[in-house]
Amino acid sequence: MGKVVAVTGNEAVANALRQVNPDVCAAYPITPATDIMQRFTSFVSNGMVDTEMILVESEHSAMSACVGASAAGGRVITATSSQGLALMWEILFIASGSRMPIIMPVVNRALSAPLNIHGDHSDTMGARDSGWIQLYSENAQDAYDNTIQAFRIAEHLDIRLPVMVCLDGFIISHSIERIEYMEDEPVKKFVGEYKQVYPLLDVEHPVSYGPLILPDLYMEYKRAQHEVMTKASKVVLDVASDFEKISGRRYGLFESYRLDDADIALVILNSAAGTAKDVVDEFREKGIKAGLLKPRLFRPFPYGEVADALKSAKAVCVMDRADSFGGFGPLYMEIASAFMMNGNKPALINKIYGLGGRDFLPEHAETVLNELNDIVKGGKVKTHKEYIGVRE
Amino acid sequence: MADTIEIRWHGRGGQGTVTAAKVLADACLSGGRYVQAFPEYGPERSGAPLRAYNRVSGKELRMHCPVLHPNVVAIADATLLDGVNVAEGAKEDTIFIINTAKDPSYMRAKLKLSAKQKVYTLDATKIAIECFGRALPNAPMLGAVSKATAIVGLDALLEDVRKSFGKKFAQKIIDGNLEATKRGYEEVKEG
Repeated sequence: MGKVVAVTGNEAVANALRQVNPDVCAAYPITPATDIMQRFTSFVSNGMVDTEMILVESEHSAMSACVGASAAGGRVITATSSQGLALMWEILFIASGSRMPIIMPVVNRALSAPLNIHGDHSDTMGARDSGWIQLYSENAQDAYDNTIQAFRIAEHLDIRLPVMVCLDGFIISHSIERIEYMEDEPVKKFVGEYKQVYPLLDVEHPVSYGPLILPDLYMEYKRAQHEVMTKASKVVLDVASDFEKISGRRYGLFESYRLDDADIALVILNSAAGTAKDVVDEFREKGIKAGLLKPRLFRPFPYGEVADALKSAKAVCVMDRADSFGGFGPLYMEIASAFMMNGNKPALINKIYGLGGRDFLPEHAETVLNELNDIVKGGKVKTHKEYIGVRE
Repeated sequence: MADTIEIRWHGRGGQGTVTAAKVLADACLSGGRYVQAFPEYGPERSGAPLRAYNRVSGKELRMHCPVLHPNVVAIADATLLDGVNVAEGAKEDTIFIINTAKDPSYMRAKLKLSAKQKVYTLDATKIAIECFGRALPNAPMLGAVSKATAIVGLDALLEDVRKSFGKKFAQKIIDGNLEATKRGYEEVKEG
């Protein structure tokens, strides 16, 4: 049995990292993720973990040190946000391409310019194609649970890929919520001993990392990377099933909320999904069949399963807290692809909300659900992409 | 009272208002309740007006946005009343708890509150100065919130004040804050 506490999202994530007790951590501070590493370095200083802490001069160096430590054969972590993740960009691909199971909580924050420290998903959506597995978290409990599960997913011998655990800046990272911690022992047992694969420090069996691969083999290598990524979904589910046994909390590839008979549906990530679920309930009470899908695993994206879960919906709005200027929001593009694959063709619209920490309020979800309801009743789709909660 | 109690705190940077919201959340964990505590993050400057929020509920709290229609408004600094609309979004039965030396009836008239909206006042700053020598009204405000709302009992609250202040302060300061919390509970006036 765990312990019920009132803590911030950052505190919960830091505690999960303490319970796992990784070998190496290299980090550089950035708001709003700083607090995770500030707490973790205290654990190191106070002897509560055996981790070797490497303080570096930038996030580029932080991820580079992680890559080195992972190649050497260690269980490795870091954490970042926004510009920090952007500065790591070059090395993100080296971590995934070299099949390094590095774990990185990312506290979602807007990107400059203009400078903004608040929550949106521009940072991790920008790292969408970096070859990292991405898990998204609605609240502090999800962030804690996802962080623990991330180690098992990343280190699975069929996978060996880095994982980002995404949580909303300030809204989750700095807000206090009730969550349930597990005891240290069950967490340690669940995560297990780290299994080294071709460690550089095994001098009896020398290996080489980071070779040059020319056109004759590069494409095969990249296809192999895609293939291993597609296997991750099953591992995510297997790990979630084991996790449920010790925690009582169930996780999937996404959450289906009141979707079975839904006429209208929202697709929405992270903390705003919680607010939207309360509004979905209000619509249900009015007799309107509303539902919601909250992706958890964004890379690899479970296209078939998502399209199947949304099959009863006649009108769907994908809500993006990130943008692709001159294009649709990144989540919308995935959902559109999913529908295209299974031939499902509901009316589909895209709303951009909450950029730079703009509040996502119940009234926003309400407006969107009303618009979807009008479409189902025979109304036309007025705009395919629109910004909501924005001043004209 | 509603299933979910939503509280909006008004204070100024440096007065301990955010700490008050955190302590209250922790104290309300008892009985399997769900809690939230979060400030509105802006440029953090000493003396600048700020808001902080609590939600307390018997069911899971999924809402992740500021409290728009508070059941309780706790005002840690009455000088805010002239610049901030503390009654914004208030319900017809919202409870107002104000740190002021004035009477509840004076505050009711000043804020133009309806008969159904309860008003509580206490001189939290005076209590704080007498108990531990500093104008930090958060501990007496917490005592007043406990009395006015019954959201958490005084004993549970004192335990959390002890725990929370115990991490940072000397015994003398902790004792002063415990005394201030008790006095806030005892001295708050309803009108």
